[in-house]
Amino acid sequence: MTTILEPGSAPAAEPEAAAPPGEAIEGRSPGRIALGRLKKDKVAMAGGVTVVLLILTAIFAPQLCSLTGNDPYTTHTRLIDPNLQIPSGGFGGMSSRHILGVDVPTGRDLFARVVYGARTSLGIAGLATVIAIAIGVGLGMVAGYFGGLIDSVISRTMDVMLAFPLFLFAISLSGVLGYSAFGLTGNTLRIVLLIFIIGFFSWPYIGRIVRGQTLVLREREFVEAARVLGATPGRIILREILPNLTAPILVYATLLIPSNILFEASLSYLGVGIRSPMPSWGEMVNEAIALYQVDPEFLIVPGSAIFLTVLAFNLLGDGLRDAFDPKASR
Amino acid sequence: MLTFIVRRLFAVAGLLLVVAFVTMVIFYEMPQWGGQTPATMAVQYVGKQPSPAAIQGVIHRFGFDRSFLVQYIDYIRTIVTGTTFSDGTQDIVCKAPCLGYSFRNYQQVWPTILGDLPVTFSIAAGAGVLWLFFGVASGLASAVRKGSLLDRASMVTALLGISLPVYFLAPLLSLPLAYRWSILPAPGSYVGILSDPGQWFLDMILPWTCLAFGLAALYTRLTRAGMLDVLSEDFVRTARAKGLSERRVILKHALRAAITPIITIFGMDFATVLGGAVLVEITFSMKGIGFLAITSIQNGDFPMMMGVTLFAAAFIVLANLLVDVMYAVADPRVRL
Repeated sequence: MTTILEPGSAPAAEPEAAAPPGEAIEGRSPGRIALGRLKKDKVAMAGGVTVVLLILTAIFAPQLCSLTGNDPYTTHTRLIDPNLQIPSGGFGGMSSRHILGVDVPTGRDLFARVVYGARTSLGIAGLATVIAIAIGVGLGMVAGYFGGLIDSVISRTMDVMLAFPLFLFAISLSGVLGYSAFGLTGNTLRIVLLIFIIGFFSWPYIGRIVRGQTLVLREREFVEAARVLGATPGRIILREILPNLTAPILVYATLLIPSNILFEASLSYLGVGIRSPMPSWGEMVNEAIALYQVDPEFLIVPGSAIFLTVLAFNLLGDGLRDAFDPKASR
Repeated sequence: MLTFIVRRLFAVAGLLLVVAFVTMVIFYEMPQWGGQTPATMAVQYVGKQPSPAAIQGVIHRFGFDRSFLVQYIDYIRTIVTGTTFSDGTQDIVCKAPCLGYSFRNYQQVWPTILGDLPVTFSIAAGAGVLWLFFGVASGLASAVRKGSLLDRASMVTALLGISLPVYFLAPLLSLPLAYRWSILPAPGSYVGILSDPGQWFLDMILPWTCLAFGLAALYTRLTRAGMLDVLSEDFVRTARAKGLSERRVILKHALRAAITPIITIFGMDFATVLGGAVLVEITFSMKGIGFLAITSIQNGDFPMMMGVTLFAAAFIVLANLLVDVMYAVADPRVRL
């Protein structure tokens, strides 16, 4: 790789294109090439922009809600028709003050709840993904690098976990531990539990991929060279192998987040995840599903939130995969 | 071949023992990490407000006063040989395979699960046919006509499918189809196939569609990627060079190679659904195994939940075995 120019001044040209005469040839890292490809992928960029907006929504939820002067917990029972038990005035109680309407039966502002729900969903899914990646990458690299007995034990564990009815285990776990354990109570406990349960059950997939990649990488010359120089296994794994795994880790992390969002939403929908009054999209669908024939608005708002978020992450993840590995899926 | 199957059967037994162990840890040990005592757990298992002496009896009967390993061996032995429970007034004989007794509902776990199996099986069978057929067909069409309008449309549909959760798709479909226009029965209605096959079919259309859509989307993507890989391989070029018709090359040569991994995944997915299509059953209020699992967990009916978990695991493990045996039949190298 040449080091003639600073990489920051790279022109956005296709790497395959021959450099015009007179201009200096400069090297571009695989990451930059991939980023260039990603920028050309309009669909993936749309997904990426949506993801950024969603993250901003989650972070600035209080500010966003203060624009309409609502919070996710205040009830507005006078907005609910006492006879029909649905928001009065049709359209789920939409008004200039409650732009997405109110929920049933207590009349909490749906916009505020769905915005705060982004915090719950993205927070839990994001942290669970961090845990899954940490375990998966750590164990996958160790299994792939050392091989032998260590590899057998870790690979077997991954096989066994993939043969488990994971969803039922997750339901059992969150059901058994209830609402007060480890010195935590209520939804604080539920959040911690969900993060660990989802993270713990989703590491084998990434673990397998990382193990396979490590098996290939450890035979490469630069790893050999590091070994000859006397580098310790820990150093080789962290400094030589890990940087080469950035691309697959990034891609699978992006694709793991939407499946973890669905995991959390499903558990909350089933009543074993986050519970009211804390806003969570799955919990909102759970509350709305019995009423959607008379008040579809209440279901469509959180349902669309789940759908659009998962879609945006999937679009971005697909785009990243194509950008980093153009041969795959083509 | 026989030694292969025997060896695999041992692996299956081992895997089920591991699953039983983990289930035991979840239901017997974890509550104690969470701060529960054997006494409070005993109350949950019995589900009444019993006297202290009765609680002691339950603690002893469930083995909460013994070491975890003894409890585990006891649980396995009960499954194999059966046992007799006592609820204080009468003895309940639990024949093997005894997965326990629900003191909440006064029901044996194993017969209850078997009783709920037909509903779950109805869902799984129909949805399985749908998602395998539509998934593979649209993936195949996409790969063959790559870049065409058809390919794009099916890829967009697939993307929608993997992003739409069942509990959102179901209301979106039933609101117009079942409630507004009354073309299909409303969610929640279910009759057995034996009592009224026509009505059964109508009742099942929405659950099948909702479950199959997401999985078909996944299979479309898998089939398309697999076919594109295979189509660029040498043996496909050879087949074309021999002058075979394109139809024959794709269906006989390429698809056969691309479909093997799909069938493996199908075996696992189908088994998972058989162990409880939880989200579909809850959304459509169909009293199958997944519904049983959720109601058990909500009622604190832990023996029932343990039974369901083990039962579901057995399905997945057996499907795994079946797929392996099929592979071994097709490819002798696997048997080594």
